[in-house]
Amino acid sequence: MTHAIDKTNFCNKQTRVALRNCGIIDPENIDEYIARDGYQALAKVLKTMTPEQVIKVILDSGLRGRGGAGFPTGRKWQLARQIVPDADQKYVCCNADEGDPGAFMDRSVLEGDPHALLEAMAIAGFAIGATQGYIYVRAEYPVAVKRLDIAIRQAREYGLLGENIFDSGFSFDIDIRLGAGAFVCGEETALMTSIEGHRGEPRPRPPFPAEKGLFGKPSVLNNVETYANIAQIILNGPEWFASMGTERSKGTKVFALGGKINNTGLVEIPMGTTLRTVIEDIGGGIPNGKRFKAAQTGGPSGGCIPAEHFDIPIDYDNLISIGSMMGSGGLIVMDEDNCMVDIAKFFLEFTVDESCGKCTPCRIGNRRLLEMLTKITEGKATLEDLDKMEKLCYYIKENSLCGLGQTAPNPVLSTLRYFRDEYISHIVDKTCPASVCKKLLKFTITDNCKGCTLCARKCPVNAISGAVKQKHVIDQDKCIKCGVCMDSCKFSAIEKK
Amino acid sequence: MSKETTISKVPFKGTAEEEKKLREVIASWKGKAGCLMPVMQEAQGIYGYLPIEVQKIIADELDIPLEEVYGVSTFYSQFSLNPKGEYKIGVCLGTACYVKGAKEVYDKLCSELNIQSGGVTADGIFSLEATRCIGCCGLAPVMMINDDVYGQLTADKIPAILDSYRRK
Repeated sequence: MTHAIDKTNFCNKQTRVALRNCGIIDPENIDEYIARDGYQALAKVLKTMTPEQVIKVILDSGLRGRGGAGFPTGRKWQLARQIVPDADQKYVCCNADEGDPGAFMDRSVLEGDPHALLEAMAIAGFAIGATQGYIYVRAEYPVAVKRLDIAIRQAREYGLLGENIFDSGFSFDIDIRLGAGAFVCGEETALMTSIEGHRGEPRPRPPFPAEKGLFGKPSVLNNVETYANIAQIILNGPEWFASMGTERSKGTKVFALGGKINNTGLVEIPMGTTLRTVIEDIGGGIPNGKRFKAAQTGGPSGGCIPAEHFDIPIDYDNLISIGSMMGSGGLIVMDEDNCMVDIAKFFLEFTVDESCGKCTPCRIGNRRLLEMLTKITEGKATLEDLDKMEKLCYYIKENSLCGLGQTAPNPVLSTLRYFRDEYISHIVDKTCPASVCKKLLKFTITDNCKGCTLCARKCPVNAISGAVKQKHVIDQDKCIKCGVCMDSCKFSAIEKK
Repeated sequence: MSKETTISKVPFKGTAEEEKKLREVIASWKGKAGCLMPVMQEAQGIYGYLPIEVQKIIADELDIPLEEVYGVSTFYSQFSLNPKGEYKIGVCLGTACYVKGAKEVYDKLCSELNIQSGGVTADGIFSLEATRCIGCCGLAPVMMINDDVYGQLTADKIPAILDSYRRK
């Protein structure tokens, strides 16, 4: 049976590094993790390596941050080690505040392999010279919190966290801090402000966290998936890791496949795999014979990739060049029934809601942008508004304080780039090609109508008239486009266009 | 999804026992760096929400200005200034759920319960929240009622699910 599953397209195109233990070991039993070479990397580091050697291995592996921006992890550690060499205290933090809608790879690692995270954080602590770690995890992930708690307790019992680990003289411990539902806390300085117990507002950089981070001390912050690669790199060597992927993006990446696709779920692929392989082979294509329209990556900071880029190898730099970004790994597939203007508006509603309000370009600019998008979806905009909107996008990108504002207009810019014709349809023709934007829809009754009067009785604004057993009509001036008539009709006699 | 900033009009009904628990929690955290949020999270666990009376106790005991406690409580969407229903419904409006019709599910809940996101039904049984991605994208569209997850929803499944809770 296992043999047969391995041979399916869903499995044989994947390579599992970060997810290697997920679903295989009991995450609440440290012995099962140890049986899969767990804590061997920490032992190797503490017994045979210097901090500089550890940093060099991570640098040589080419590992880049899996949280989205792709900063080289080894370089981050090097900076935290070197900038303030004589600091009395340093911190290692883990960003487990997985806030991107449509991404759940970190949850899977936290719930399925929590010790991999603890081991990697201890290695990072040794590398930069820290003795304390913090995991900032979403309160919305109660199972993850519980398993992390169990894992930390077990590791302390075994002496793998705490004082003098492996008799090396190195001490390291980890505490959990719960997020409280603020997307901006995924930004590194905001996350640290939140751990300190304040409103999670970002701080201007510089100074960067490597110099002045948590509680004003030099700190390193990495994402869960980044940490999940560390022990394997130490054990198998940087050459092994660098042998996977493309020239500038090494290793594998986990994607959360979702939306209009047959096989949903987490997939881990070598960098450089094409979008076509992910969607057609692994994902099994689009359901119900519908046509692929776009793949959205990078969440509210990313963009939509159209079918013309189906054969592009997925890596950090390629995705940026086509106007999207890697992000934390959400990959949402959209078909012909999704309206791209509506999707852009969806993301803007999200960022407007989650903007912390500290800087004006993000707080006010995004709100204005959302108003313009709303105008378009209601058929009230002009082509001039479209130009204004584009200018505003660049203004917000260039002037916002943190990553949230700097990337918030990306969904608008990328849909404008690839689906401008849809915007034009909304503005000039006052129609929504995907029949999504309600204000632009028109409900009409076809010849299938039997005159049963059900729709006329259901209509909340009495917009439908007609005699019994005769074709009914909808008064377009009265219609509020609620769609109740269409849902209630037993003869499929109502059309929405 | 928008954060509440208005102080609850519901009279505060905290008991002496709850206050004793709260003071124990505060004592266990006091003096630790960054202790305000964990204390507020545990306080919300005790009372179900964070009435201004509770925020005052936290502010006094931790020696943090009330204005700062209130600032934190209104910044994070998890903290609630108003009591919730017995069954807390959270409809996921993350991207994967949204492209698969979560909006229709949400609209159906609003019309069935006659409340909007952030509201509580008059009988106090249900409260409704449009939530962020809850990480069940493979089952989209998804909602949670307390700790139960309902996946692959359509609007017409909603009345029966609500009824099953009303009968409890």
